[in-house]
Amino acid sequence: MPARRVLPGFAPTMALTGFAVGVVVVLPLAGLVLQTLSLDGPAFWNAATSPRALASYRLTFGASLVAAALNVALGLLVAWVLARYRFPGRALMDALVDLPFALPTAVAGLTLTALYSGDGWVGRFIEPLGLPVAFTRAGVTLALTFVGFPFVVRAVQPVIEDLDPRMEEAAAVLGASPGQTFARVVFPAILPALVTGFTLAFARAVGEYGSVVFISGNMPGKTEITPFLIVTRLEEYDTAGAAALGTVMLGVSFALLLGINMLQRWGDRRGAGRR
Amino acid sequence: MTRLTPTPATRCGVATGDRPWARRGLIGLAAAVVSLFLALPLAFVFVAALRPGFGAFWAAISHPDTTAAIRLTLLVAAITVPINTVFGVAAAWLIARFEFRGRQALLTLIDLPFAVSPVVAGLMLVLLFGRQGWLGPWLLDHGVRVVFALPGIILATIFVTFPFVAREVLTVMQAQGSAEEEAALTLGASGWQTFVRVTLPKARWGLIYGIILCNARAMGEFGAVSVISGHVRGETSTMPLQVENLYNDYHAPAAFAVASLLAVLALLTLAVRKTIEWRARSP
Repeated sequence: MPARRVLPGFAPTMALTGFAVGVVVVLPLAGLVLQTLSLDGPAFWNAATSPRALASYRLTFGASLVAAALNVALGLLVAWVLARYRFPGRALMDALVDLPFALPTAVAGLTLTALYSGDGWVGRFIEPLGLPVAFTRAGVTLALTFVGFPFVVRAVQPVIEDLDPRMEEAAAVLGASPGQTFARVVFPAILPALVTGFTLAFARAVGEYGSVVFISGNMPGKTEITPFLIVTRLEEYDTAGAAALGTVMLGVSFALLLGINMLQRWGDRRGAGRR
Repeated sequence: MTRLTPTPATRCGVATGDRPWARRGLIGLAAAVVSLFLALPLAFVFVAALRPGFGAFWAAISHPDTTAAIRLTLLVAAITVPINTVFGVAAAWLIARFEFRGRQALLTLIDLPFAVSPVVAGLMLVLLFGRQGWLGPWLLDHGVRVVFALPGIILATIFVTFPFVAREVLTVMQAQGSAEEEAALTLGASGWQTFVRVTLPKARWGLIYGIILCNARAMGEFGAVSVISGHVRGETSTMPLQVENLYNDYHAPAAFAVASLLAVLALLTLAVRKTIEWRARSP
């Protein structure tokens, strides 16, 4: 428990933090909320539920779900290998996992588009197979999987490292197959971290813009994500329409942030119960 | 996100890992995923940037619009990173060391920029400072232009990079506790001396890592800046926006030339992260 006001610095840090949070976060939030409140109900409803908006939600949330699920599968594999095995190139693999955090999204979008378009290094092999990626929904999902890749790895890897190997040894000694050991001993222990990683990757994917604008082609009703539709509305000087869509996105972000906080508490409790 | 604690050298002579074929298969699969999905795009940036030859690369980099974008990006980072560093250290100290009403709510507000779409961040600033915004007309009357100008780009960048330093320093401070600070105060150090001589050195790796992450995001931010800056070439286009401008003009090689500079920044960020992990492991 932190000492109550024994340490100095409460007043200045409180003043500075309060000021910064107020100007940087609360003021813009208030701007959006006030703008939305000034809309009348039907106008808001029409802007937020137009067919084009509904199609953009379906793509944004659908592709984000698929991307987050892919990240769980790929992330669990990479986290397991990094946490459990020592092999040449492990440090390089560990460093590369963070690349999507460090690489600007515009660079990721530009590069993935060039790689997966018809004459790209990857596209020229998969397009003849009937799997076009660039300028399709698959491309949107690919970009979202790329930007969310580190979340599951970084959520799960420390938990696997902290697992007590004796639990798995005990399971093996008692006659469990490796598959049973994983399903009954390892998986329940890493489940909270997997769910947290999934939610973080999903939250990131829902808001993503930079990498998707390049690869999606932004066709209304087909490959247009909600953030792109917001930008389009702003460019059309339809401030009210943009504000309505922005409020929907903000509501989802708030819900996800709450969910992530609850998941982390769940994970902490599970972790505490195990020790 | 960050693990500044040492990785225990777990040997894996246990249950699921003890079969050599399974181990080799899993390592091979993970290596394939990481190389195809992460290393290939990274390598491709540099190949595509240098394929037209070094002369063309240099011509693309030294074009006046691109040099203006580089200068703008450096300027924005030079302003936003110090601001967020000062704020981040103050917020981390406040939240790690004191119990007060609204502490959890404050932490949620600090985290919010991680959860909000960059486009929504830009939109919020446009709604606030735009011509029809709540503060925009008043500021315009006083000669301050925010939207489609430098102040807007800076505000948007501060918003999206707001939590980085605070989060990294907070993690370190919470893990370390405040026994050393209390000792320093008992021995007669002033609050400021304690902060500079004890707190900052203790939290230095978290602080450096937070600054590096904040800087990488500040230089690479696209969505929020794209909404508020107006993309004016040579004036309000940062490097990531210039990548898009060039790509939309069908100058893909030039777009890759600018992108390769940002990729170098990403590589430096990853290298510093690895170095910090290694230093934190052997203090």
